[in-house]
Order: sequence, then structure tokens, then C-alpha cells
Amino acid sequence: MRGRSDARRTSEENRPSRLVLVLLLVACFTVITLDARAGVHSPVDPVRSAAGDVFGPVETGTAAVVRPFAAVPEHFRTTAAMRRDIVDLQAKNSQLRSELAGSALDRNRAAELDGLLASSRSTGYALVPARVVAMGPAQSFSRTVTIDAGRGAGVRPDQTVLNNDGLVGRVLRVDRSTATVLLIVDQESVVGGRLSSSMEVGFLRGRGQVGGDARLDLELVDPSATATAGDALVTWGSRHGAPYVAGIPVGRVASVYASPRQQSTHAVIEPYVDFSTLDLVGVVVNRHTRSDRTVIKADASAGGPR
Amino acid sequence: MTSLVRAGVLSCVVLVAVVLQVAVFSMLSFEGVVPNLALVVVVGAALVRGPQFAAVLGFAAGLALDLVPPADHVAGRWALALVVVGYLAGRVRNDAGTSAAGALVAVAACSFVGTSVFALSGMLLHDPAIPVGEALHVIPVAVLYDVLVTPFVLPLALRLFRRLQPHQVAY
Repeated sequence: MRGRSDARRTSEENRPSRLVLVLLLVACFTVITLDARAGVHSPVDPVRSAAGDVFGPVETGTAAVVRPFAAVPEHFRTTAAMRRDIVDLQAKNSQLRSELAGSALDRNRAAELDGLLASSRSTGYALVPARVVAMGPAQSFSRTVTIDAGRGAGVRPDQTVLNNDGLVGRVLRVDRSTATVLLIVDQESVVGGRLSSSMEVGFLRGRGQVGGDARLDLELVDPSATATAGDALVTWGSRHGAPYVAGIPVGRVASVYASPRQQSTHAVIEPYVDFSTLDLVGVVVNRHTRSDRTVIKADASAGGPR
Repeated sequence: MTSLVRAGVLSCVVLVAVVLQVAVFSMLSFEGVVPNLALVVVVGAALVRGPQFAAVLGFAAGLALDLVPPADHVAGRWALALVVVGYLAGRVRNDAGTSAAGALVAVAACSFVGTSVFALSGMLLHDPAIPVGEALHVIPVAVLYDVLVTPFVLPLALRLFRRLQPHQVAY
């Protein structure tokens, strides 16, 4: 009796459930077609936005719970490792100091030009602070993160995101309390960059890697221009500062190569930002943005929530 | 247990897996790759309940992966990948569901198929235009990571799906 019912059950459930499968596949292709063909105003966007409104706070909460545990391994580091770190940091410090000395001249020159160009605009950038609460998996092949600042914090699409090391990316989509940021290492990301030593401009593309060996490819606009290893790269800046404001450090030139076949000089850029350990970031906003949190102003005066 | 409660618990399990994947395991990522918990849960469902149930659950889990931030690809791509995974895993459950080694092999195969289907759909749609080299780099790491978390996640998933199974009526 029991044997028979088992056999019957297996045969029933193992019979290819073709109809369900076909229906599900049709549903998948419908969603893909709707989303892929529609372009900017996709019918899936309201659903996406609703999911963002609901899951943004959930992700923020989860990340807040987990963050203390993520710091635990730091407590178990040995003295030797710390000593090695100190040596490394000292080396880096002196290197940065020499870089700073070299770039002072350029900065003065750039400051004059900036002053002319931006005379009508207020100077300095205001930042909305935010933390990274979720990171898209590499299996999805797009490099995006969620930050815990959204519409209420004054964040809008196409704003620049940076941290204290340099440029992080730009805001793609904003939900009520979270926003999705496209990292500059994403393959779809293109940033206008300027070499601070020669003022040459070029286009910077991501390679899709986020680890410690993350690199970006710079293609200089002027085919006769060259870059030298160690040159610093800053953002070129877009019209009205969207999506990228000007003068944010991006990285340094790691190596340069030119091929006769390609009509331009290519350089490999090592970003200043470590994208695998992103945490605190700032979103560049208008100085007069209304925000539910303290906006950090360039002139060191923090504007309270208004 | 009514079917409504059961559906509620199932959607909770899927959503917890998706949120853990993006918000918690991102801190343990290896070159950006995190274990695909949603995929392991779908394989667990397939081993207990068979292809039909797992395909439906795969569709739901895939849509969640497609819509929950920070996803930024054409919606429906993970849904397609996980429907295929659920169906395939369900078809082999009589072989894979009996031993631990069989389950591990099933997860590895499903992880390979799922990530590959997702990458291929991206190549077809140019969303983003994934170079084959990067796909070949990411997929083995993804398979390895999924197999690594399987001993911790799959037994839990199996136990849960067995408990949520409606009682069989002997006749």
C-alpha cells in the first residue's frame, strides 16, 4: 500500500510539469522584454521603486546590526601586523607629501581657472553623509551599492558620490530612504578625467572588478598627449555638475601604453578608493538642499537639518 | 497550516535570503562575489518538493533579486535563471536528494547553470555587455562559494521545506 502510494507520488511529481515551466518562462521573457525595450521610462520602474522603499530600510537595519561584527577581526590583529602597517603608512605618508608638493603649482593654476568659470556659482561642495548598506554581487555583473540616504536626505539622481579617498560613483536611482549608486569601476561607467600634471582630458572606463586589484582604463582625447606613471587623475566635471562635479581625485596612473592601431593613448588608473571595503561616503548636493540630516559644507560650517 | 500561512513563510524565507545576500555577505565577499543564498534555497526546495514547486519559488526569488536594491539590470534575468535552476534541480532530485555528496554536486551544477544563464542573458541584451573573460573569471568563484555555504544553508532549507510540505494523503 505504502509502496504504491510512494511510487504514485513520485511519478506524479516527477512528470515534467511542462505547463508551469512554460508559463514561468513566458513570464520571465515578458518582464525582460518590458524592461529592456522600454528604455528610460520602464513599466517595471514603479515596482522597482516600491521594492526600494520597502527593502531599503530593511537593508539599512540589517547592515547596522552586522556592522559591529564585521569589525571583530580587527581586534585580533597581531602587533607584528600593526607594526608592518605603521611602516607602510609612513612610506605612504612621505610619498603623499611629495605628491602634494608637486601638485601645488597645478592646483594654483587650476584654482585661477576655476575661479573664472565658477564665478557665478557658489564655490565649494556640500555633502550629504551616507553609509553603504548593501553591495550588488559580482554574479550580477554590475557594480552597484545601496546607500542609506534617499529622497528625504536631499539626494537626487545623477549626483556625485565620493569618500575621503576620492571619487566613488554617481547616484542612479533614489528611493524614499535609500539610493542606488553606480561605482566608477562598473563597465557601463564613463567618467571624464583630467591629468593634474598636464591638464590633458580623457575618458575613464571601469573594468568591472572591485577587489584590491581594481583598475580603470583612461583614454586620452588628444592622441599626441602622454601620461606618466604616478600622475594624479581628477574629474573633469560635467555641465552643472551632473553627474560628476569637477576636481575630485580619482586615482593615479599605474602604467601607460600606446598602440599604433589605436589612435589614442591609453593609461591604466589605480583608483584611490578601495571599492571592496566601502563604508562612509558623501553625496555632493546643492548648498541649499533641504535634508533630514546634517549637510557637511566645504567652509567647515555644518548646516543643521532645515 | 493553511496554504496562506505557508506562502507567507515561503516568501519570508526567500526575502531573508536575498537581503542577507546583499547586506550581510557583501562584507565577506571574495572579489565581489557573494554566495548566492537564493539559489541554494531554490535548490533545497527542488530536492524536497520537485520541479514544479521549485520553478515557481525560483521565479519569485529571481524577481526579488532583480528588484531589491542595489540591483541595476534588466528585471527578469535572475527570475529566468532561477526558474531554470529550480526545474533542473527538481528533475534530478531522486539522484541528488539522497546523499550529502549528491546535494553538493547538485548545488555546484545549479550554481554553474544559474550564473551562466544570467551572464548569457546579459550578453544577449548587452546589459551590461559582459566580456566572456570576466564571466569565466566570476562563474568558478561563484560556484565554489555556493558549494562552501551549502553545508550551512542547505540542511536548514531542507528541514524547513519538509516541515512546510502539506501532509501527504495515503490512498
